Amino acid sequence: MESRARSNRLGIWGWLGGGRWGYERYLYALHRLTGLGLLLYLLLHVFVTSARIFGPARWAKAMASVSGPLFTAGEFLVFAAFAFHAVNGIRLGLLELGFAVGRPIEPVYPYATSVGRQRPLAIAAMLIAAVLAIWGGYGFLLER
Amino acid sequence: MRDRSLWTWHLAAGLVILVFLGLHMVIMHLEWTIPVSNPAGGEPEDWANVVWRMRSIFFAVTYAVLLGAALYHGFYGLRNVLFELNPGPGLRATINAGLWIVGLGLFGFGAYVALMAPRVAAAMGG
Repeated sequence: MESRARSNRLGIWGWLGGGRWGYERYLYALHRLTGLGLLLYLLLHVFVTSARIFGPARWAKAMASVSGPLFTAGEFLVFAAFAFHAVNGIRLGLLELGFAVGRPIEPVYPYATSVGRQRPLAIAAMLIAAVLAIWGGYGFLLER
Repeated sequence: MRDRSLWTWHLAAGLVILVFLGLHMVIMHLEWTIPVSNPAGGEPEDWANVVWRMRSIFFAVTYAVLLGAALYHGFYGLRNVLFELNPGPGLRATINAGLWIVGLGLFGFGAYVALMAPRVAAAMGG
């Protein structure tokens, strides 16, 4: 019997593309991308920072192996990814608990959608994430 | 464990990460505006500051808790992404087992380093 399950015909675009869902759907894609990036960084970070229990020489060597402008830029991306993922995660948690979605209303034309009700929260969340990223980014510039 | 429980733990782990990773980010990257725990001055990754944090039981415990929460949160998220590819039951079981083994292994290693740090710092005269 032929499976009725639909294959992932859209491939990567099915994950990353917003389609007609728009702004929040791109936040969903970015949440996934930043999550996977942060996970990859965490795995490397665990090993690099473990050098501290072997003394100052091993620590200095480990820090030297992750220094330079490329790593500084990469660290800033990690910080910005954290800022986005954290603030967007709070937004998703609030929505899951039923905040900021509006009360159920009669479907009277012109129709108001829940996505429209959520939009101010999404915009506010992104503004906060941007402020955090800029704040941290300035610190990285000071480090140079 | 059913997926609903796993999802609830995912959210709880997110809250733990928000608090402790937030603190970690402030210490490591925002210390120029919010000086929290770099008593030796200079950069947070300077050895004197690193040893100061290593000596602290608070940092040892919270690093271990943060690591556990981050590994669970991250690997559960990765599992969700992989399961969207609709793998068969055998592959699902393999993914589950693989993520548990790698996650527990990394947690064991990282937690050992975090919890050994105060003793190592004391032995080094820190």
